[in-house]
Amino acid sequence: MSDFMYLFRGGMNQSSPEEMQKNMQKWMGWMKELSAKGHFKAGEPLEAGGRTLKGKNKVVTDGPFTESKDLVGGYLVVTAGSLDQATELAKGCPIFEYDGTVEVRPVMLMQQP
Amino acid sequence: MSPAPELGHLFRRESGRLVSALTRVFGVHNLELAEDVVQDALCRALEVWKLRGFPDDPAAWLLVSARNRAVDVLRRERRTRVFAPELTQLIQSEWTLVPALSEMFQDEMIQDDQLRMMFSCCHPKLSDSASVALMLSLLCGFSVQEVAAAFLAEPASIEKRIVRAKARIAASGRLYELRGTNDLKARLARVLRALYLLFNEGYHGSHSTRTVREELCEEAMRLCTMLMEHPATHCPEVLALLALMYLNAARLPGRINQTGELMPLNEQDRGSWNSEFVQRGINLLNASASGDCVTPFHVEAAIAAEHATSASLADTNWTRIVEHYDILLKMRPTPVVALNRAIAIGQEQGPERGLAELAELGQDSHLARYPFFEAAFGELELRAGRAAVAQNHFERAAARARGMDERRFFLGRAAVCGGEQV
Repeated sequence: MSDFMYLFRGGMNQSSPEEMQKNMQKWMGWMKELSAKGHFKAGEPLEAGGRTLKGKNKVVTDGPFTESKDLVGGYLVVTAGSLDQATELAKGCPIFEYDGTVEVRPVMLMQQP
Repeated sequence: MSPAPELGHLFRRESGRLVSALTRVFGVHNLELAEDVVQDALCRALEVWKLRGFPDDPAAWLLVSARNRAVDVLRRERRTRVFAPELTQLIQSEWTLVPALSEMFQDEMIQDDQLRMMFSCCHPKLSDSASVALMLSLLCGFSVQEVAAAFLAEPASIEKRIVRAKARIAASGRLYELRGTNDLKARLARVLRALYLLFNEGYHGSHSTRTVREELCEEAMRLCTMLMEHPATHCPEVLALLALMYLNAARLPGRINQTGELMPLNEQDRGSWNSEFVQRGINLLNASASGDCVTPFHVEAAIAAEHATSASLADTNWTRIVEHYDILLKMRPTPVVALNRAIAIGQEQGPERGLAELAELGQDSHLARYPFFEAAFGELELRAGRAAVAQNHFERAAARARGMDERRFFLGRAAVCGGEQV
């Protein structure tokens, strides 16, 4: 088993309260399924703001001010047997119904494969 | 992560509560800002909860989130923007800003705010249908699309109506004041009319899904319950309207079957009626009899109570229903009331008498276009044993139907006249 990180972008189309609640409940359902099957390891939502540090002089600028569809809104770490399985699991994410994307990245291990 | 709580329509409900509260904090001229802040709070909840699960008290979480956003907005814009005049002093100082806001987000305060918003939505310069659309938008958290779906209208025209109505409210200076206002009775009458309209849109409208119907009825009942629970608006006509809503809502599951089809009263499964709602309706109707005020709502509720407590069509006390309709017709002389009275007479004194009553109404051009008028002829002709004539009437009713459901219903009745089993 290996770890994979899901990076979520977009999927926050402004909609009615009822739509938002439905969106959320779909996420809850998906997360519950990941937990029940032992895939869920960790996950956090990320604030839109923050700071970026850059260069030798450590120049600090406010926020990663990219377009909201490109902004990473949260991440999840899951355990899966392979990249293929992690990709399959990601297909269940409700974000696709709301025009968002999931990037699946294998977490690097200490021991060489 | 807490276990999933029973959410119901949490986001919608809280949207209505928070928009009302924030409108008081920001001032009614900043209505749009209030809506934006609430939208933000809901978005935030969605972002956080979807990955971290539900908080212990989702409603409280949303309230704190909206309140914090409001504090941010006030801090950032207190020098440049004018907020609620009565708050100007309090929000200028950090000493008073946060305590003042906490004070304003108490439950009882928000109850008041919602009522004030409800009364504001029923501004005398707005049409009843504009008031209903506005209430759905501001107090029930419906989007333009959802309001349009409720009215079977074009989203663009609903949007125009809502935008115009909001501009009217925003320009009115302040939310309607419930205390010390001398036109409270007149404004309450408008509010009740709008709620009655909203309920009927669910109960009699021509939606294809039972869900939409139930949601509209539910919202009307929720808003009417708020009126009942507030000391300033706890009065007989409010109780009577709420009684009427419960007594009708009780029969909604029988009136429309699972596939969304209308069922005629004599074919309805009375076992599917909600007995708890019936009881609550009766209790409310009894409570509404205090005082000497009798409104059309009282009479309509009394009629609904007769239906709801009768074991079958034959067991129904039609004499009493006709008496109620006689009174109602004097109070509200509309063609539809007259039509329903004629139908009741047909039940009480036989189809020929009913047909005679209907024939007298035939001159009314409004009724001539109303499909249930033709259908009433059809039902009575059928009972009088003239199936071919009845079939003709049902076919004419189908031609006047306002939606697929109604059309299917009338064609079904026409097929019965033709000897088909449906």
